[in-house]
Amino acid sequence: MEKSRYPQVEMEIRKWGSKPSSLIQVLHGAQERIGYLSQNVLEYVAKRLNVSLSKVYGVVTFYNFFKTQKDADHIIMTCMGTACYVKNGEEVITAIEKHLGIKMGEKTSDGKFSLQIVRCLGACGLAPVISIDGDDVYGRLTPEKAVEAIKRYQ
Amino acid sequence: MKIYRIHALICAGAQCLAAGGNGFEDALKNELKKHNIEEEVRVVETGCMGACQLGPLLVVYPEGIMYTNVEAKDAKEIVEEHFLKGRPVKRLMWKKEGKEEFPGLKDIPFFAKQTKVVLRNCGLINPEDINEYIARDGYKALAKAIVEMEPKDVIDVVKESGLRGRGGAGFPTGLKWGFAANQDSEEKYMICNADEGDPGAYMDRSVLEGDPHSVIEGMMIAGYAIGANRGYIYVRAEYPLAVRRLETAIKQAKQTGLLGKNILGTNFSFDIELRMGAGAFVCGEETALISSIEGKRGEPRKKPPFPAISGLFGKPTIINNVETLANLPVIVDKGAKFFKQFGTEKSPGTKVFALAGKVNISGLVEVPMGTSLRKIVFDIGGGIPEGHTFKGALTGGPSGGVIPMEFIDTPMDYESLPALGTIMGSGGLIIMDETSCMVDVAKFFLKFTVDESCGKCVPCREGTRQMLKILERITSGRGREEDIYRLEKIGELIKLTALCGLGQTAPNPVLSTIRYFKEEYLAHIVDKKCPAKVCEFSALKGGRNKYEAKVTH
Ligand SMILES: Cc1cc2nc3c(=O)[nH]c(=O)nc-3n(C[C@H](O)[C@H](O)[C@H](O)COP(=O)(O)O)c2cc1C
Ligand code: SF4
Ligand code: FES
Ligand code: FES
Repeated sequence: MEKSRYPQVEMEIRKWGSKPSSLIQVLHGAQERIGYLSQNVLEYVAKRLNVSLSKVYGVVTFYNFFKTQKDADHIIMTCMGTACYVKNGEEVITAIEKHLGIKMGEKTSDGKFSLQIVRCLGACGLAPVISIDGDDVYGRLTPEKAVEAIKRYQ
Repeated sequence: MKIYRIHALICAGAQCLAAGGNGFEDALKNELKKHNIEEEVRVVETGCMGACQLGPLLVVYPEGIMYTNVEAKDAKEIVEEHFLKGRPVKRLMWKKEGKEEFPGLKDIPFFAKQTKVVLRNCGLINPEDINEYIARDGYKALAKAIVEMEPKDVIDVVKESGLRGRGGAGFPTGLKWGFAANQDSEEKYMICNADEGDPGAYMDRSVLEGDPHSVIEGMMIAGYAIGANRGYIYVRAEYPLAVRRLETAIKQAKQTGLLGKNILGTNFSFDIELRMGAGAFVCGEETALISSIEGKRGEPRKKPPFPAISGLFGKPTIINNVETLANLPVIVDKGAKFFKQFGTEKSPGTKVFALAGKVNISGLVEVPMGTSLRKIVFDIGGGIPEGHTFKGALTGGPSGGVIPMEFIDTPMDYESLPALGTIMGSGGLIIMDETSCMVDVAKFFLKFTVDESCGKCVPCREGTRQMLKILERITSGRGREEDIYRLEKIGELIKLTALCGLGQTAPNPVLSTIRYFKEEYLAHIVDKKCPAKVCEFSALKGGRNKYEAKVTH
């Protein structure tokens, strides 16, 4: 029997079953545990679920949620859904870009922050909204308040 | 049962939590302890109460007084003044246009003018306690269905109720079930579509977080009707709180014997599993969603065969939206007639809207189908912030269009909205004032569809890109006179030839804004002016939404 090289991934495979239809759930679980999906992890998952590596890549590239590289320590997601757009969300984005010295989609050179766009965080009543590291949501923002929120993570 | 003198309901919906609700709750509990009245005051965490913009919210019964924007530092005053001395804290109460306070919840137009069927429990019960759901007649409809009714009777009552799918298309639910029920198959599946893709809407989220059992009960009723023993809830990964509350609800239903084998001693068995989406709008489309649950790329396929005949793993499958499902317990329990007293003849029942944008009170609004847009925006939503004027409302998200001022009295239903060139959609309702540029709005949505197009078919993949290019030209002052005609022509072509609903509806926002705001397009093209002063003609891309980065989640 082959020794399991990725105990964390293996746990997900056990939870969801070693079958092709588990692919997306296993990738979700693996990313949650490890942070991102490296080439080695993808190869391992492909083998264990009996799916071709190209199929695995096909899935990983199709869905925005999956990451194949290590992300920054803090991920800032700025909402550009309709409600945030109508409520001048772009002013908030511009202020954050200026504060961090990076553009949308980039990572700061110290690896501390990355800046991404998301389509609606489901908190439209508080627009404009950003979220930091998924769970912390900041709403009713002005450019100044957004920068203030980010400073808490610096 | 213990009797409490006061019930303090704290909204634990995602938006109130984001606004600081946790901090307030801790402070309130501390104060109760300090004054030794923990035994007299019952604190309940509820789901979304609806007025999200004014959160964190607290409602105190028996009076039904609503406090808005409460902060941790307010807890002391509320406990000492209101709870101990019976003097409500006026400064924190909901006020009429910022002046006089409303005595109670039932006097506030935002609540008084709504009709709650789907949101019957949201904001009233603790979503993490199945007993509170049961205490409000929860699972009564399920028991009635599986004990007293044949599957065919259940389908009949749903048909008679006239319920139409709330996910966007408005297809009659009972009719759809009939197709799957007629299939002779050992295995069938019931799927709840909780992907909520419209970027600017959160109705389904609030139901999942505020009353998850109503969705589970709805799925079980549907499963019984079509002969399915297994259900999947496909939920957005961006809604972690909804996922957690669903997990809790499923666990409690299993422990109570309401999910699993031989439910309530009948032959009916049913199990539900959660599946997380992974950030692809197109996965809200039925065939793409099925493909995603199977672990594959979420690409739509041609219909027929329809999922009701051949769906998940090739078996008969019914997919219903969250709100559709939450209606079912009411229909089965109270009957078709009860349900049909709300709404219009062809669009019975209520609709939940996520009201947002340039309106005084953003939040969740449930009204009978056919209610006018004016009533929703002005009577319930409190109108447009001072100094601004209503310009238009967006419905149907990236698949919909705009309703201008001249049609503000249109009834919101499945017949009237398409006549205006928009759609009901799933319930996103974004209000715009004069500071929004309609060309830029069209571009905003087109960018969304270009990003989210799965790329499988040419009209959608290439056509939307062409339309976006033209819109970018117009909003940066380089528009040509024939551009409007070209947009219309490409738009019509995409509508006719795209493979799935995403492409077929993608041109709608452009066509709709051209229909009602042509002069604004012409101002950009001919006068090189943006009347709303949004587009900057010096910038290459122009306009507000200049962010190019591919969306990541
Ligand atoms: C691109 C696209 C996205 C969709 N997104 C959703 C969605 O997020 N939620 C939903 O319930 N229906 C969505 N739908 C509609 C579903 O395909 C389907 O019609 C619906 O879930 C059926 O349920 P209902 O009959 O209860 O409305 C979408 C359709 C398309 C074409
Ligand atoms: S219309 Fe667009 S989203 Fe739908 S299948 Fe074609 S390319 Fe994909
Ligand atoms: S549009 Fe930004 S939270 Fe919904
Ligand atoms: S989340 Fe509290 S009112 Fe909506």
